[in-house]
Amino acid sequence: MNSNSHYTKEQIWGFLSGIPDPEIPVITIEELGVLRNVEITLDKVIITITPTYTGCPAMKLFEDEIISTLKSKGIENVEIKMVYSPAWTTDWMSETAMEKLRKYGIAPPVKGTEDKGVLFSSDQKIVKCPQCNSENTQLKSQFGSTACKALYQCNDCLEPFDYFKCI
Amino acid sequence: MEKKDALINYCLRLGDSSLILGQRMAEWCSNGPILEEDIAMTNLALDLIGQARTMLTYAGEIEGKGRTEDDLAYKREEREYYNTLLSERPNGHFGDTVVRNFLHSAFFYHLYQALKNSSDEMIAAHAAKSIKEVTYHLRHSAEWLVRLGDGTSESHNKVQESLNNLWEFTGDLFEMNEVDELLIKEGIAVDLNSIKKDWDKTVNDVLERATLSRPEDEYMQTGRLDAMHSEYLGHLIAEMQFLQRAYPTAKW
Ligand SMILES: [Zn+2]
Repeated sequence: MNSNSHYTKEQIWGFLSGIPDPEIPVITIEELGVLRNVEITLDKVIITITPTYTGCPAMKLFEDEIISTLKSKGIENVEIKMVYSPAWTTDWMSETAMEKLRKYGIAPPVKGTEDKGVLFSSDQKIVKCPQCNSENTQLKSQFGSTACKALYQCNDCLEPFDYFKCI
Repeated sequence: MEKKDALINYCLRLGDSSLILGQRMAEWCSNGPILEEDIAMTNLALDLIGQARTMLTYAGEIEGKGRTEDDLAYKREEREYYNTLLSERPNGHFGDTVVRNFLHSAFFYHLYQALKNSSDEMIAAHAAKSIKEVTYHLRHSAEWLVRLGDGTSESHNKVQESLNNLWEFTGDLFEMNEVDELLIKEGIAVDLNSIKKDWDKTVNDVLERATLSRPEDEYMQTGRLDAMHSEYLGHLIAEMQFLQRAYPTAKW
């Protein structure tokens, strides 16, 4: 008998699905779409994850969290497998997660607006202010407080806010 | 040359170019002209270093001698790096950085577009992943180039001068040797002559918008394929590798 046999794949998924994003603690690795698969083999549990951004520093924390969460359930032999294909996209984010982002003060990704034209494409998407819901907002910088966010400002309530950008 | 050696070299070329350009961008940390740009440039650094990690890890795996991404990043000598000559150019003033990043991002952009179809699964996945990030990098630098080129006469003259100075390092981006030849046959690598055509188009479009003139292709520097570098790389890696060299077993 192997040491992992008393848990099913679904149970293990359940243990991990609630791990929060260290930078945006209102959403979990399941809601983000970072947690991809759980596989139980004879001698270990293989957890497949995919990075949001290649350089995202949260990935290491996710790995540590996964290992310590499973350890607390008595699962010692864990392998973390990082996959790059299919490449992570904000389209995987659930409606619930988007609503949580909005409540947290981050404008969620406007789905399907990943720009096809690279340069000077008429960036027509409307990013609503998460504070006052105004559509009268402007892009301040494509790069914000973390790799996944851009910086916007609301022209009505004047609040600056993060936008979870589409990739 | 065996396919395995060619593939290791190819991954080092990709990984090293990202790593060195990433290190250059990290040098801007706390030195940006405005807060938003400081944040933008360090975000670029983070993406590039992330991209480097994937390729260096993969190169180490193919090599099979137990070298990790860190061993490859921090324990090689100058003459073992296969990064583009353009990536190691010093940051200079903000306009110099914008021009360098624009020329390099346009190269990465078209290269990764093509490598998405590589027959090597890892390289294809890496390209598909990286293109999403590099698209933002290209847009960021192109917008700044237009803003500066089509700005005041001073900003125009400054970036035109940056462009003139950096131009001789662009020929090196597209040079190929037996590694490319072998891997193109395998469907792993792409012909850089075709990347050059796409790159030319992007560069010409943006330069025109920026009211800048494209320099003539006169003398072009060369060296990447033989790991021959300018004097700047040694200084860059001395700083980048300092911690690992001073405290060889240091870990986070
Ligand atoms: Zn508002």
